[in-house]
Amino acid sequence: MLSRMRRMYQGAESFRELGLLGFIVLVSAGIQLRNPMFLTAGNINTLLVHASILSILVVGMLMVLLTRGIDLSIGSTIALSGMVCAMTVAANPGVPPILSLLQGIMIGLIIGTIIGLLVSRFNVLPIIASLGMMNIVRGLTYVVSGGRWVSAYQMPRPFLQIATGRILGVNHLIIIAVVIYLIAYYFLTYTRTGRQIYAVGSNPDAAEISGIPKKRVICLVYMIMGALAGLAGVLWVARFASAQGNTAMGYELNVIAAVVLGGVSLTGGSGKLSGVILGALLFGMLSNALPLIDVSPFWQQAIQGVVILTAVWINVVVKRRNEQQALLRREI
Amino acid sequence: MPEHMIQLDKPRDWKSFFLQWEWLLVLIFILIHVMNSFLSPYYLNVNTFIRTPQTFLDKAFIVFPMTFIIILGSIDVSVGSTVALSSVIMAVSYNAGMPMGLAMVLCLAVSSLCGLFNGFLLARYHELSSAIVTISTMTIYRGFAYVILEDQAAGGFPGWFESFGWGSVGPVPVMSIAFIVCAGIFGMLLHRTTFGRCLYGMGHNHKACLYSGINIKKIKMIVSMLTGLMAGVTAIFLTSRMGSTRPNVATGYELEVIAMVVLGGVSTAGGKGKMIGPILAVFIVGYLSYGLGLINVSAQVLLIIIGGLLIASVLISNIRFSRKEQKKSSPALFGVEADEKT
Repeated sequence: MLSRMRRMYQGAESFRELGLLGFIVLVSAGIQLRNPMFLTAGNINTLLVHASILSILVVGMLMVLLTRGIDLSIGSTIALSGMVCAMTVAANPGVPPILSLLQGIMIGLIIGTIIGLLVSRFNVLPIIASLGMMNIVRGLTYVVSGGRWVSAYQMPRPFLQIATGRILGVNHLIIIAVVIYLIAYYFLTYTRTGRQIYAVGSNPDAAEISGIPKKRVICLVYMIMGALAGLAGVLWVARFASAQGNTAMGYELNVIAAVVLGGVSLTGGSGKLSGVILGALLFGMLSNALPLIDVSPFWQQAIQGVVILTAVWINVVVKRRNEQQALLRREI
Repeated sequence: MPEHMIQLDKPRDWKSFFLQWEWLLVLIFILIHVMNSFLSPYYLNVNTFIRTPQTFLDKAFIVFPMTFIIILGSIDVSVGSTVALSSVIMAVSYNAGMPMGLAMVLCLAVSSLCGLFNGFLLARYHELSSAIVTISTMTIYRGFAYVILEDQAAGGFPGWFESFGWGSVGPVPVMSIAFIVCAGIFGMLLHRTTFGRCLYGMGHNHKACLYSGINIKKIKMIVSMLTGLMAGVTAIFLTSRMGSTRPNVATGYELEVIAMVVLGGVSTAGGKGKMIGPILAVFIVGYLSYGLGLINVSAQVLLIIIGGLLIASVLISNIRFSRKEQKKSSPALFGVEADEKT
């Protein structure tokens, strides 16, 4: 009896990834039936490229959610970093792409550091700090650009190739996303700081008492999120070949949706990178597939909201059941 | 019982009375008027004080229930979307042949339902944070508004409907009267009823309230429903003032409303704040944006200023709070303090 209970309990943990994988297969089969264009090599490549920016951001948001925080400012950070980099490149076409990437990362890092300091040092609620910064940064984007766009013809070829170039037939974006995943996997699983993020999230008080620099960990998490958003901003502009004031408006919701789909608990401390990757893939697939099966674009936002809410709800229900089972085990 | 809890009930001397946050707000309020009258020679006249509030009072109706919500220690970012959805439904149902009066009732019903849904989720699944629940419902409500109206605008309301936004009784605009009435009701509710005391209690110590038999779920649902209802009122006034509606109306209202409440001295940690603070803050933010509009400051810069205002006011109140805590906790025993936190 006891061992069966334990098996069930452990089963529920890995159940999510399997379930997500099954769901992905199911959804793609369903879409394929409706539109045979879906599972062609070309579309799969588009889908992966499309999902790669989302999946870069998802890594940062995973860490933020692990510490019980939230970051609403990333859409604006993408816009500002993309806009500044595009304007720099438009003014001096000679700037090498790697410098553009670094510039974007630095801008994101600064914004992330401000949010991180507000949250960790001054106890501002994450949602308030990031809501305020979201508007400040969005306003800055308009101010910096003077309301103008930077269009494709103003950007030099090397800059655009950040997103369109290929190495061994694989798009740069996919490679960047994979590299970030590998680093993040190593960081979260094998380094001390990575484990400290989990510790701070699952019990902040216990973490602090046992000597973990809680404030520094929390600040770091927002800095990573900001840096990744800054990077994503450059990639975004290079991919869509245009920088506008309203770039990526509301994109933070896509990221949050993908992360909660991946099974990250919003009460902190639990969530795996593998789940989050699948969440990002599934979400990228949904937004790629909806136009293919003739769903009006006006439905997208509503569907997105329902996806977030359902995922959060399932998380809570599963967690409640797990806790019940844990209590049952204790009784025997 | 820690000492400072008893101290709270002592009558205040005049010095601490004038050192309250609200007096600082009054000072800022006067300063803004002085600044505005320097900015524009046409600023100082009777119309500024009687007619101008019409331009910013519509969102102020949400400030009252948002004060409740933040006193509870939670947050609601879905109010802007609720305004959009209820306004869109009102316009569409009127255009489909429903009488305007009924359409307005429908608008209030829809918005209350939106609020109630938030409240239901928060009460039923207490481990969910209000941030994530309202973020998802924010997306859902706005999404439905887009589904209903796509990229169209809907309007063509009857003439009398306009009087909500622009009409006046004698010299006083209808909107201001409604605002004063609501302020009275919500102020009484917070400061003179058991319900209001329960809000403070829940903000301070959730568990203690649960164990002392307060129906926490009911209170959460009521507060969320009130938020929805007032979002509906805002929708009516806003739609009436604009004459038509689109799915993207009231974008960013949640930011402004939360900024007003927090600027009004309501602590985001819960359990602290008075109704008068947010009311003053409504006028501060309103006249500030009006004055900046006079010198052609663009909407985007205003976005920066309001975002900065939100962060700055939370920052200041947090620093003030931690200073007070330090003062208090220095002579007290360590154990007492630890007990209190849990």
